Amino acid sequence: MAKNKQIREPEGFATWTPSDGHLLDVRNLNVEFNTRDGKAKAINGASFHLDRGETLAILGESGSGKSVTAQTIMGILDSPPASVTGGEILFRGVDLLKLPEEQRRVVRGRKIAMIFQDALSALNPVFTVGWQIAEMFRVHRGCSKAEAKDMAIKLMERVNIPGAAARYGNFPHQFSGGMRQRIMIAMSIALDPEILIADEPTTALDVTVQAQIMELLKELQAETGTGLILITHDLGVVADVADRINVMYAGRIVEQAEAKELYASPAHPYSEGLLNSIPRLDQSTGQLVAIGGLPPNLTKIPEGCAFNPRCRYAQDVCRTGEVPPLVDLGGNRSSACHFVSELVAGTLQPNGLQVVTGIQPAVAEENGDQA
Amino acid sequence: MSEMNPVTGDAATTKEGTSTAAEPGPDGANAVPTRERARSLGRDAWEELRKRPSFWFSTALIMIMIIMALFPQLFTALAPQSDPRAADLSRARQAPSGDAWFGFDGQGYDIYARTIYGARASILVGVLTTVGTLLLGSIIGLVAGFRGGWLDALLSRVGEIFWAIPLLLGGVLFMTSFPSGLDTPYSVVVGKVVFVLTILGWPRIARIMRSAVLQVKPLDYVQAARALGASPLRIVLKHVLPNAFTSVIVVATIDLGAYIATEATLSFLGIGLQPPVVSWGIAISNASGLGLLQSAPHMLLFPSVFLSVTVLAFIMLGDAVRDAFDPKGR
Amino acid sequence: MSEVVLEARDLKKYYPVKKGVLQRTIGHVKAVDKVSFELHAGETLGIVGESGCGKSTLGRLLVQLERPTEGKVLLEGRELKTDQELREMRRDVQIVFQDPYTSLNPRMTVGDIIAEPLLIHKKDLGLKGTERARVQELLEQVGLNPEHINRYPHQFSGGQRQRIGIARGIALNPKVLVCDEPVSALDVSVQAQVVNLLERLQRELGLAYVFIAHDLAVVRHISHRVAVMYLGQIAEQGEADQIYSHPMHPYTQALMSAAPVPDPVIQAQRERIVLSGDVPSPANPPTGCRFHTRCWKAKTGTCDVNVPVLEHKGKADHMVACHFAEELTSVTA
Repeated sequence: MAKNKQIREPEGFATWTPSDGHLLDVRNLNVEFNTRDGKAKAINGASFHLDRGETLAILGESGSGKSVTAQTIMGILDSPPASVTGGEILFRGVDLLKLPEEQRRVVRGRKIAMIFQDALSALNPVFTVGWQIAEMFRVHRGCSKAEAKDMAIKLMERVNIPGAAARYGNFPHQFSGGMRQRIMIAMSIALDPEILIADEPTTALDVTVQAQIMELLKELQAETGTGLILITHDLGVVADVADRINVMYAGRIVEQAEAKELYASPAHPYSEGLLNSIPRLDQSTGQLVAIGGLPPNLTKIPEGCAFNPRCRYAQDVCRTGEVPPLVDLGGNRSSACHFVSELVAGTLQPNGLQVVTGIQPAVAEENGDQA
Repeated sequence: MSEMNPVTGDAATTKEGTSTAAEPGPDGANAVPTRERARSLGRDAWEELRKRPSFWFSTALIMIMIIMALFPQLFTALAPQSDPRAADLSRARQAPSGDAWFGFDGQGYDIYARTIYGARASILVGVLTTVGTLLLGSIIGLVAGFRGGWLDALLSRVGEIFWAIPLLLGGVLFMTSFPSGLDTPYSVVVGKVVFVLTILGWPRIARIMRSAVLQVKPLDYVQAARALGASPLRIVLKHVLPNAFTSVIVVATIDLGAYIATEATLSFLGIGLQPPVVSWGIAISNASGLGLLQSAPHMLLFPSVFLSVTVLAFIMLGDAVRDAFDPKGR
Repeated sequence: MSEVVLEARDLKKYYPVKKGVLQRTIGHVKAVDKVSFELHAGETLGIVGESGCGKSTLGRLLVQLERPTEGKVLLEGRELKTDQELREMRRDVQIVFQDPYTSLNPRMTVGDIIAEPLLIHKKDLGLKGTERARVQELLEQVGLNPEHINRYPHQFSGGQRQRIGIARGIALNPKVLVCDEPVSALDVSVQAQVVNLLERLQRELGLAYVFIAHDLAVVRHISHRVAVMYLGQIAEQGEADQIYSHPMHPYTQALMSAAPVPDPVIQAQRERIVLSGDVPSPANPPTGCRFHTRCWKAKTGTCDVNVPVLEHKGKADHMVACHFAEELTSVTA
């Protein structure tokens, strides 16, 4: 591992400046998985970008491709079964997908780091947490043991672990879930990465601890100017911290918007459906308006717009026509819906035509398929 | 929701359950067609088994072996030599030929006849021991895992004591303590070998069963059955056993070969099955003598091939049965 | 208010902590420590709290999957003593589990799973071979296709499996359904479907729910009354709207303010109380008020010594276990 130091950073990294484009620019990414039932198209032409100091949320349900996106950027996708079948991931103007594995290792951890959902399984149970953090400095920075330990303790203090020096020698299982997530964060920021990808960082945590962790991430970001990609299914967490939001469905970005805009007037029926279907903490709600049906099977993504079988506005063009492209609506937002202008204007009428016979209306209503 | 077709009408209704094509996961798409009758796991497993070539192949092999064990004369009727006890010392170790399909062994017995006649003892020992360990081990493992507490501790310790005795050593001790004479009936000789191998072999099955039960027991569906007021017997038979049994089946079929081999070793030491009993184990032991492998490899080859094919057939059957009882595999 | 169907009276569940070769008991995990409440017919009582607060243990005590260390569960005022009484009680109080993937036996057909309660209580119910029709009726009732009766659980999605679990739960026409995190394992877009289903079943069948969850928004939506648990005890209890708009216990206030609202504009205006530290271990809970180690209002000499009693404060039916409950003002939106 020590020889990593000799491998030079990819050309172009040093000369890049923010005026040359976005810090991270993902263009038309395609990823497939080989499964028993054929090719599962996990990502189907996703495009998005991230700038310095910005928080971008990728919002989606299971199977939307949000975690695969993160793994592809990190270059930790298992292939086989996965394979990147198209697209570019430009980081500082250099396409990461074209880099040899050795150079990608330089990027991984030092330039782009990741925080996982389950900190307990992401940390090695047989080493002390201090040792694991210090190893980052020894391996990547070539620090001596004593130096590395000092830096590790400083880092533990920085993520607010009480009694950092005393807890240096503790093992992961001796920490609570929230503390373990702090240690994960410490390891991810150890090498001052320019991009931090957090994959459901608070999903496994209790709500009071979740607030602490999000607070910490915000603080660290303000301090370092790191670009943060937050991957989550939680509309509440997103509302709290994201500057911009990308909504993913069936491996595509279906809407991009600034957080406030998205919540104020969603420009895609899926985003709208999600917002309508969740109960609110701050108000008592009437019956929830559920989205009908299920997220699609990735080996059999519906023709046309992937959301059409669950969409209450769907018309023939949505079922048989082209996949709706992500159209720029101006004002930093875009949507992939054939009827986006009508939807935003509020003139789009639900079609009220989705009928399967033999079911009591009550069932349909609660499943969200009513007009 | 692929079948959610646009139909004119006012009531806009659909439901999750009508869709199969849109179900996530690899299995959702190939749902079995609905039939009117009530179905059960056993029925479905049988229908699934019927479709598997490996099931029919292994069953056919096992049937042949069983017929061979019951009626060896059927297989030797057309052979040049049909008596397994007719020795011609002058032709000892002769290679296979038209006169003797599999050649002759060290005493001048016809290997073909002896291999056919040997099936009975070997299959009896292998199958009976497997059934014995399976019954004893499963019941003990099930009780230990399900009841837990002091009973589990007791049964587990007892199992460990038996497990600590090497199969072979235990066999030697037992068989020398209760030796068979020349006049001991066939069934008693075989019975003794089966008994000692079962007594020494059950802890392995019990351990696997116990850990499988411990894995299943805390699952919500077992808790749900408890909350519904199901009796312990019902919980064990309907929920625990069907989900714990498959891991045991596979090990048991693999063990079957080991038991036949152990029988062979005991016989080689002169304390297992004894002449005039004929078995593959005895034949393999006789053929493994010093230098024989080079000078007369056919002596080892034929009984070994029969043994391997039998063991393989049981392993294939075990695999097929395990897969058929797993609805997810369909 | 309608009659009380289920009552918990001073329920306690202590798990012994054992150590060493001799398995000596060196202490107790006080998972549930003196919890009392009443559940009325047809209402939903939400129970919220963080992991380790004892809410799931409480649910298991209510359906008699665990026997309480002390205290009792009363069904319509009757105490359950004999096996026969317990058996009858199981018809009236059923449970729906969190994980739709482990709560259904993978080797049973959906028909067999839903028919199981009917078979178990066949004699008591006087049933004669009509389970299949009843199962299909139940499938229809929870919004599944009755023709799918012969399928296996893995052929259904998470939301559909949860419906199967609910069908099993209501098969015996219970009076109470204990729902232990019934939607937290489901996709966001599917959660609403299951919540709506539970609400419809309540209307149609007059079911009472004990709805255990960590998701505060879902609990507010579905519950008539709410109990907030901390370290095995109820900290605050009352009408849902009252608890959410005027929380009086500092822990409830912190909990409410920590949960984000899905609206950036409102979220930016909300006052946040970020609690320090983690929930202490229930094996060694703090003295006095269990929350005092994390409470910004705690006063030495009072909160670390005296255990606060759950008592009526503020509006009717609003109960709080805090020495300084009245001194607190609302902090959430």
